[in-house]
Amino acid sequence: MSQTVDPADRALVRPQPVQPPAERRGMWGSGPGDVSGYGGLRHPVVPRQPSARPLGGWFDEVADRLTTLVPELGPDAFLVDRGELTVAVPGRLLVQLVRHCRDDAWLRFENCVSVSGVHYPDQVGAEFHVVYHLLSITHNRRLRLEATCPESDPHLPSVVRTYPMADWHERETWDMFGVVFDDHPHLTRILMPDDWVGHPQRKDYPLGGVPIEFKGAEVPPPDQRRSY
Amino acid sequence: MSAPEPVTYIAQGGDWAEITAAQAERGDETIVVNMGPQHPSTHGVLRLELELEGETVASIRPGIGFLHSGIEKNMEFKTYAQGSAFVSRMDYVAPLFNEAVYCLAVERLLAVEAPARANVLRVLVMELNRIASHLVAVGTGGMEIGALTLMTIGFREREMILDFYEALCGTRMNHAYIRPGGVSIDLPENGLAQLRTLIEWLHKHLPEYAGFCNENPIFKGRMCGVAQLDLTACMALGASGPPLRATGYAWDLRLSQPYCDYDTYDFDVITWDTSDAYGRFRIRLQEMWESLKIVEQCYDRLEATSGDPVMVDDPGLAWPAQLQVGPDGQGNSFGHVKQVMGQSMESLIHHFKTVSEGFKVPAGQVYSAVESPKGELGCHLVSDGGTRPYRCHFRDPGFNHLQAVPALCEGGMMSDVVVAVASLDPVLGGVDR
Repeated sequence: MSQTVDPADRALVRPQPVQPPAERRGMWGSGPGDVSGYGGLRHPVVPRQPSARPLGGWFDEVADRLTTLVPELGPDAFLVDRGELTVAVPGRLLVQLVRHCRDDAWLRFENCVSVSGVHYPDQVGAEFHVVYHLLSITHNRRLRLEATCPESDPHLPSVVRTYPMADWHERETWDMFGVVFDDHPHLTRILMPDDWVGHPQRKDYPLGGVPIEFKGAEVPPPDQRRSY
Repeated sequence: MSAPEPVTYIAQGGDWAEITAAQAERGDETIVVNMGPQHPSTHGVLRLELELEGETVASIRPGIGFLHSGIEKNMEFKTYAQGSAFVSRMDYVAPLFNEAVYCLAVERLLAVEAPARANVLRVLVMELNRIASHLVAVGTGGMEIGALTLMTIGFREREMILDFYEALCGTRMNHAYIRPGGVSIDLPENGLAQLRTLIEWLHKHLPEYAGFCNENPIFKGRMCGVAQLDLTACMALGASGPPLRATGYAWDLRLSQPYCDYDTYDFDVITWDTSDAYGRFRIRLQEMWESLKIVEQCYDRLEATSGDPVMVDDPGLAWPAQLQVGPDGQGNSFGHVKQVMGQSMESLIHHFKTVSEGFKVPAGQVYSAVESPKGELGCHLVSDGGTRPYRCHFRDPGFNHLQAVPALCEGGMMSDVVVAVASLDPVLGGVDR
């Protein structure tokens, strides 16, 4: 399961801020059952670019401080969208960065409120995004860190040593996505049974379900119905 | 000398006296007890693995997941409007907070704001829900230590609140009342009168809890000094809500990061300074009064804004029918259905576009958080630009708080475990989702 990989080789792909799929298909979006005749349409989706300075508000302050403390972060790591700051963090910098986030007096993000995974099968080399939501009670701010790892080598360092409350959240992300958090004290399944096979929140994992029978008709299970 | 072979005792229909006698004879004092997942004191289906030395808890490990229902996965196959009905079923004791945090996330992605009256209605149902949730927390918590009356009167008051919900939107639980863009329906005709009755009822009956418990020596003996979690531990374990406020730290998202115009209401953040189960109980008790204060302010605002819209003025987003609850407590507007199906092709197309196809939400991700009765309830919502959530993750306060169970219980008495768990008020529907 957990093969040894040199941490330096990991997550060399710079994580991109949240991306829609590379293209959208058809008139109605992806999925089966598009009988409109427009199923052949292809809409390329332009990847969203990191935000340019100034980011506005306290975002610049935090971005400057993070760049000072972790110079490898680079200027294109920050994205401001809908009033929220996202920092794209290469996996190898994650442990160092969260330690600064918690301990630095100008940052002081005491609390990692949530860890969640997102699966982007289209982003080859960075299929899994792990999103950390930090909360600074001192400064009353929220910050989002986003790290990625490839599906072929789904490893990220654990932040539990810095944020003990992330323990179960990382276990849930392992359970649901199969991302291995190295150095986690007890990385076991948490919501699914211990002997469960597969990781249900992956996009290639079926929802399951059976057709619903009505008199004279049958409705397919939810994941096979027509969608728009 | 080798260690004695471990022995398994099963207490199904058996006699505890035999087990304790057999264990006393063996002389090795450590015994492993599996509490749950079907134990009534575990607020759902929580499994606790306790290792006991005599009656002292040597180690305790919570096991969750027995109520996992794949809500987050299911939501990826449903439209955004349908999501409201799904999230309602997570923390079923405080369903309206789930709906609120989800709808706030959708609205931030859409960059729309709910109209003022919708916000008042949201605050109203949320604060009533806070009272109902605290009543369940206090009531079941009391029942577990033998104060059965707390449970019976707690559910009596909660019933009144659920009756109001029923009159408002047709359902007592799982309301799907808060929708992206507003709320599903305005107050019914006699809604304000019913609300007034409810407020008076609560004013009359809420003092009973303080009378029963606050200075009750047995109650205090079971609660005071039990399940300590000081500020340092709360910070390390990410505790929020009553456990954090019981340390004396006034942190409440309603005021620190306001949503739904909470900053325009007059209420106080309740704190206590004992960091124990009793402090959390007193905070819940007092917060019910603060919620009632907000509910009364909502009453005035609802009276003043009568007739204002409760849904954002956007035909591409708002549900096409003005919902009308029939005499049976269910139902859609008959007039609308008649028009759509019989007379207007455009209405039919429009109905299809909004209801069957759903509205598209611009790509991006947001995190919204509300102060639920249990603590910070968060929603991480990712959209790919389609009509269904690409990923929707909920940060339930109970999920986070259950991590603190070993810190609360280890080294204490076995009998204090139920008090400790009850003082965190986890609801496993929300924990497992």
